[in-house]
Amino acid sequence: MSSPDETNAALQSRRRILLGLTMAPLAAALPLAATATHKPGDGATAESGAGYKPNFFKDVEWTCMVAICDRLIPSDDVGPGAVETGVPEFLDRHMQTPYANGAIWYMQGPFLEAPPEFGYQGRLTLRDIIRVGLNAIDAHCRKTFDGKTFAQLEHTRQEELLKAAESGKLKLEDISSKLFFTNILNEVKNGYFADPRYGGNRGMAAWKMIGYPGMRADYLDWITVRDKPYPLPPVDLSGKRG
Amino acid sequence: MATVKPKVDAVIVGMGWTGAILAKELTEAGLHVVALERGADRDTQPDFAYPKVVDELEGSVHRRFLQSLNQETVTIRHNSSSDAVPYRQMGSFKPGTGVGGAGTHWSGCHFRPLPEDMYLRTNMEHRYGKAFIPADMTIQDFPVSYDDLEPHLDMFERVCGTSGKAGVINGVLQEGGNPFEGSRTKEYPLGPNPNYLGAEQFYKGAKEMGWHPYPIPTSNASGPYVNPYGCQMGPCNACGFCSDYGCLNYSKASPNVSILPALRIKPNFELRANSQVLKVNLDSTGKKATGVTYLDAQGREVEQPADIVLLCAFQLFNVHLMLVSGIGKAYDPVTQTGTIGRNYSYQNLNRTVMFFDKSVQANPFIGIGGAGVTMDDLNGNQLDNGKLGFVGGGLVWARQPGAGPVRGINVPAGTPNWGTDWKRAAADNFRHSFYFEVQGACMSYRQNYLSLDPTYKDSFGRPLLRMTFDWQDNEIKASQFLVGQALQMGRTLNPLSILGDAKKDGEHYNITKYQSTHTCGGATMGSDPSTSALNRYLQSWDVPNVFAIGANAFPQNNGYNPTGLVGGLAYWAATAIREKYLKDPGPMVQA
Repeated sequence: MSSPDETNAALQSRRRILLGLTMAPLAAALPLAATATHKPGDGATAESGAGYKPNFFKDVEWTCMVAICDRLIPSDDVGPGAVETGVPEFLDRHMQTPYANGAIWYMQGPFLEAPPEFGYQGRLTLRDIIRVGLNAIDAHCRKTFDGKTFAQLEHTRQEELLKAAESGKLKLEDISSKLFFTNILNEVKNGYFADPRYGGNRGMAAWKMIGYPGMRADYLDWITVRDKPYPLPPVDLSGKRG
Repeated sequence: MATVKPKVDAVIVGMGWTGAILAKELTEAGLHVVALERGADRDTQPDFAYPKVVDELEGSVHRRFLQSLNQETVTIRHNSSSDAVPYRQMGSFKPGTGVGGAGTHWSGCHFRPLPEDMYLRTNMEHRYGKAFIPADMTIQDFPVSYDDLEPHLDMFERVCGTSGKAGVINGVLQEGGNPFEGSRTKEYPLGPNPNYLGAEQFYKGAKEMGWHPYPIPTSNASGPYVNPYGCQMGPCNACGFCSDYGCLNYSKASPNVSILPALRIKPNFELRANSQVLKVNLDSTGKKATGVTYLDAQGREVEQPADIVLLCAFQLFNVHLMLVSGIGKAYDPVTQTGTIGRNYSYQNLNRTVMFFDKSVQANPFIGIGGAGVTMDDLNGNQLDNGKLGFVGGGLVWARQPGAGPVRGINVPAGTPNWGTDWKRAAADNFRHSFYFEVQGACMSYRQNYLSLDPTYKDSFGRPLLRMTFDWQDNEIKASQFLVGQALQMGRTLNPLSILGDAKKDGEHYNITKYQSTHTCGGATMGSDPSTSALNRYLQSWDVPNVFAIGANAFPQNNGYNPTGLVGGLAYWAATAIREKYLKDPGPMVQA
């Protein structure tokens, strides 16, 4: 049994070899394919995204969303990226749940403006925040960058835009850029780290990167062990071992 | 027209800890009891079964074990001159719903109050003079003493199979326990749980600071256990899914595990889940409750007449029911009259996080709900409040209820929230950091209170409960002092870096960030009907066949988690009902 540290090290060295491939412009691989980090021999993550057809997102929204995923959690020497691990599929499926439609939020008006300490007070549900935000980002890009969409911009330009959205400095027509950014970042992280059954975290790759044993849920024998890393690889809700 | 059910001896609103305790005690006394629970019926099997329950997306994002805010929530504002807005998404506190209530998704910390917590105002005035207490601070003594409650606190620990180490038994100090605790009559039912790394390190740091560390008493079983009701618990396997989750292993005490198996079989007990109580019905005098009206699972209005009405909902909703039903007079902060909604308080929760190199195996995914280590050196009479300039103390503790990446990964200060640098920090720190929390008391104030919202309604057409609450200088000062002490202790452990989130001067209450589900007060117990809603038996002064059992009764909150005291008060009230009230129904204390 290899330790998570050893597993990570092996993955990382393999990734370093493949790093050159990840520099291809992402837009070339859209809308359905993921990044070009197809790792031979890694069946779970290879061809990720390909073959999944979005139901919630329209093609232009999907393209924009995939590009954002790729910048928020890029494929790099630390570990796999959001796109190759299926986060776009996670988002598309998650947007169709009652949760994303406001099932556990209080959604009655009036909708008043309030200081940030009182949280989101708007009328849009999560899935509308994401959809409206994606379209607003693309509209802003087309206007500002000679008709180019977000996905068609250079990575550095995309990152500048996302930073401006994170701080709220980016002015969008239909939505607060900060509100959109906070929600999509949350969703991308949820998809990256949630159980693979939800579409992301393929091959439990995100869990392996951080050394999370997943759903083992039994550590009685390891509470007081201090001198070595936890030895077992992750297990997911379906019982698969990573 | 509502369907009218046959009259019963007692109707209980809410099947969490206090509802289950009262139902058990009163059915034992021979009463016919009907319990109405707004949420679904739930049990370990199948609702908390492995592996379905250990799903972070379902548990901590979709919050399937917590109350949905869609139908019922509260509105919140910082002061009475602003408009309140709804608590639309779950953040600062997490009420439960369904059979077991918040008692299914708690962590398991199971403290008793200190004796001096029970007479806080008298104690502060005695130690520092009347002028020491700020004019707007409305703290009061509990109308019961620690000694009154001791047998009932003990009973609740026995029912929960609490794991811990006594510090004082019958006045005699015990090695390894809390030397400052009130004297107890017995040792804990089970010994302490094993220490994870952060707890072990806390012992080291506490020694440096000259503190007296002891195992947090916790209702996560350290071994097999059978409680006085014959309910069985299995040893906790440290799965790391406690807070937000139901227990998969019969290890965390809950109404479902610890009481309901013995209650469900009683012929004089009936549990009706999916039954949303809308109001308590009063007779024409307004001094007597006739029962409750609720919506059944099909949305039909049903009236359940009863001789006794026991409000056992979550603290906020007990207060809400009293306000919408017209039980007692609503509190008015301007005239300082009325009692329902008065003295709302909370908990002053802060955190320090320590980051280490990769040789330090903190394994935060390992978790035993409430287990860990704490100390009382900065709590109760150990603290010189006069010198420090604030009322109330608190705890610093090492606890590890279990972490997973969807629930969040702690990263050092200055780390971006996304991109390669964030990934690297997440990968480097997830398994190599732990945290110490600072849990402070929260005083009550003239200006922090609960009332009905004039604008927003719930799905049943009732006004939402409105919370008017903000941090006051006293709590901000306490936060800064306690976090400062925790940081000082943390630094003795030589972490690579350390984070601390003490409240800043003038900081406002932020409802978006989870802090604590320890909302308290609003229908408090007291010895004066002009400043309390309930007498010392948690009986309404105004409508004596109504009892409101829960943290709503706390005149202010102390530094501990409230569940131990809530359970103790429930047994105390149940005993009074059995031994006094049933023999002579009416006010048990003359106003």
